[in-house]
Amino acid sequence: GLETFSQLVHEDDYGSFLVNESEINDFPRFAHRGVLLDTSRHYLPLKTILTNLDAMAFNKFNVLHWHIVDDQSFPYQSIYFPELSEKGAYSSNLIYTPTDVQLVIEYARLRGIRVIPEFDTPGHTQSWGKGQKDLLTPCYNGGQPTGSFGPVNPVWNTTYDFMTKFFKEISSVFPDEFIHLGGDEVDFSCWKSNPEVEEFMKKQGFGIDFAKLESYYVQNILDIVSSYNKGQMVWQEVFDHKAQLKPDTVVQVWMANNYARELSSVTGAGLTAVLSAPWYLDYISYGQDWKKYYSVEPLKFPGSEKQKKLVIGGEACLWGEFVDATNLTPRLWPRASAVGERLWSSSNVTNLQDAYRRLTNHRCRML
Amino acid sequence: AENELSWETPCTELLVYVSTPGCDGFPSLDSKENYKLSVSKGSMLLSAETIWGALRGLETFSQLVGRDENGTYYINETEIVDFPRFPHRGLLLDTSRHYLPLRAILETLDVMAYNKFNVFHWHIVDDPSFPYESSTFPELSKQGAFNAMTHVYTASDVRTVIEYARLRGIRVIAEFDTPGHTLSWGPGAPGLLTPCYMGTAPSGAYGPINPIVNSTYQFVTSLFKEVSTVFPDFFLHLGGDEVDFTCWKSNPEIRAFMVEMGFGEDYKKLESFYIQRLLNIVSSLDKGYIVWQEVFDNDVKLRPDTIIHVWKENNMQYLNEMANVTRAGYRALLSAPWYLNRISYGQDWIAAYKVEPLSFEGSPEQKALVIGGEACMWGEYVDVTNLTPRLW
Repeated sequence: GLETFSQLVHEDDYGSFLVNESEINDFPRFAHRGVLLDTSRHYLPLKTILTNLDAMAFNKFNVLHWHIVDDQSFPYQSIYFPELSEKGAYSSNLIYTPTDVQLVIEYARLRGIRVIPEFDTPGHTQSWGKGQKDLLTPCYNGGQPTGSFGPVNPVWNTTYDFMTKFFKEISSVFPDEFIHLGGDEVDFSCWKSNPEVEEFMKKQGFGIDFAKLESYYVQNILDIVSSYNKGQMVWQEVFDHKAQLKPDTVVQVWMANNYARELSSVTGAGLTAVLSAPWYLDYISYGQDWKKYYSVEPLKFPGSEKQKKLVIGGEACLWGEFVDATNLTPRLWPRASAVGERLWSSSNVTNLQDAYRRLTNHRCRML
Repeated sequence: AENELSWETPCTELLVYVSTPGCDGFPSLDSKENYKLSVSKGSMLLSAETIWGALRGLETFSQLVGRDENGTYYINETEIVDFPRFPHRGLLLDTSRHYLPLRAILETLDVMAYNKFNVFHWHIVDDPSFPYESSTFPELSKQGAFNAMTHVYTASDVRTVIEYARLRGIRVIAEFDTPGHTLSWGPGAPGLLTPCYMGTAPSGAYGPINPIVNSTYQFVTSLFKEVSTVFPDFFLHLGGDEVDFTCWKSNPEIRAFMVEMGFGEDYKKLESFYIQRLLNIVSSLDKGYIVWQEVFDNDVKLRPDTIIHVWKENNMQYLNEMANVTRAGYRALLSAPWYLNRISYGQDWIAAYKVEPLSFEGSPEQKALVIGGEACMWGEYVDVTNLTPRLW
């Protein structure tokens, strides 16, 4: 309401501040309205993250999905495993210390923004292997290790010992009820090449279905995280590959191809869904692309009323392959504002001309 | 220890030798930008024919200096003989679709210098706004700027840009695009633009500059007289692109003129009629001119030293245009594959880098007529909040 109030106050030609008589009864359409920032492909200094929390508040976003580590770098300074960032960060000053993390969480909290961290496994983990020996799967070629590594090794007990300890830390560092566990784009080729994994597959009766091995791994992680009383968010592959998910697991739908059908499937299975597929804002293009983000109708998929209620919201994603502090803010905003309105406002607020008029004003306000 | 770098005697100065004296002039299309850089034990020498070459060499020198972990500056022994392939290496900024504050322009000039660009093509006015404060016609910006107080370039601003550019060896070529792209000129110059008609009555809308009235040519003469004095470069860009004939067609006086002149229904002839008179005016002011490709495509009579700016991109068609322009004996500038405002996902710098301006069918004499190119940053979706990361 304070944000809205600040938008209603305007200045006249003489510099007097005015606000019109107003009666407003407002509430969000969706409860989960998020922005994903990726601090692994490029490190983002604290200032950039905080500026974006401000911008999020201007647009009534309430979730920062912090995709904090990935293949390229591991900037999260872990208390239990300091080597992870020591060896995995781009450099010693391109890290987030515990103080940095608390600062982000508090800055967000004061703006009513939840911080959901994502520690994506078993894929997207190259940087973890630098500081944690014997975590990733050694790839083989012709019976010999090649020297390169694949996803997290799902057959070793030490993997789960590590994850148990690691997620204990994450669960206490990040106060939100939810942790995002990733689970996307797992490349099976390294697992296929590894003789121990091959052996394990046989023993478990998985045949050659590596999706089963992935699900085996994911289920173990989900159990670990549940034991810390945290809810879990996962990318859609975890659901697609038929892992056994707890009923309150949130599935993030990101694959653009036929995402409406995916929403039907996910909600049809009784699981909650968060939509990102049409809102990959890192995919820049010429012209007024905000219109296409604005025109998305998240509930436009075949399903019952009950199913539609399971779509709790969405997230605008700004993946970091081509983004850093020099260009993040003008790339993300005001395009993300279109997503913000779509997630807060009623389904009948769809007029593009009207939105254009308000968006141009809003942009100037944000500047 | 054996593997330590052996530091030579520290070099403390770079000797710069310029054979043609004088730092007070302006760079031109013919300026020689060659330089030689020699770094050896105990001596660093930069030599160039002109100050402009020395500037290029200084830029290179600054890029060669490294810093080690102890903070010591060092430079490797090196022998460089360098010169540009093309003499016209430009960047277009559009200050009409969005006003760009002076600092954005000056910052851009700095980065241009880092990249050895030597032409700033200032597309200063267009349909949406007229920020150029004219001393002859103050009403143009008073009525045509987005805000006549805050979104204008005063005479002093313009001088600042020209001098800042000059100190970096960058020419400033102003573009006052006519007869199309002139809507913002209308409010401050009543009677200049063509009134469009709906049937037999004026519709209230306006089109391109009115080519049939004498007042137009008086106006254009006065304006370009001023522009010629304000901008010291020999060349002016006169635009001439995307002239929409619908408004001309709707105007009964113009239709009558077409009949009188025997132009039939060919409005390209009317466009040429205007452009030819404009070119004559500008010639008489002792300026050379650059025009967008339509002026060539529409068979306007051009002076042989006209430079044609190729911008239309459609499946590599621009290579045909380059061939046609140079075959007809005109010099050509290439921009078509370098519209940097057309952003797309990923490493699009690669496509821009792969462009080979001379990969068209033509004789060596033709190819020699390609004097360079320009990266264009049109301003429809660009202002000071996003210009720098979008352009660089």
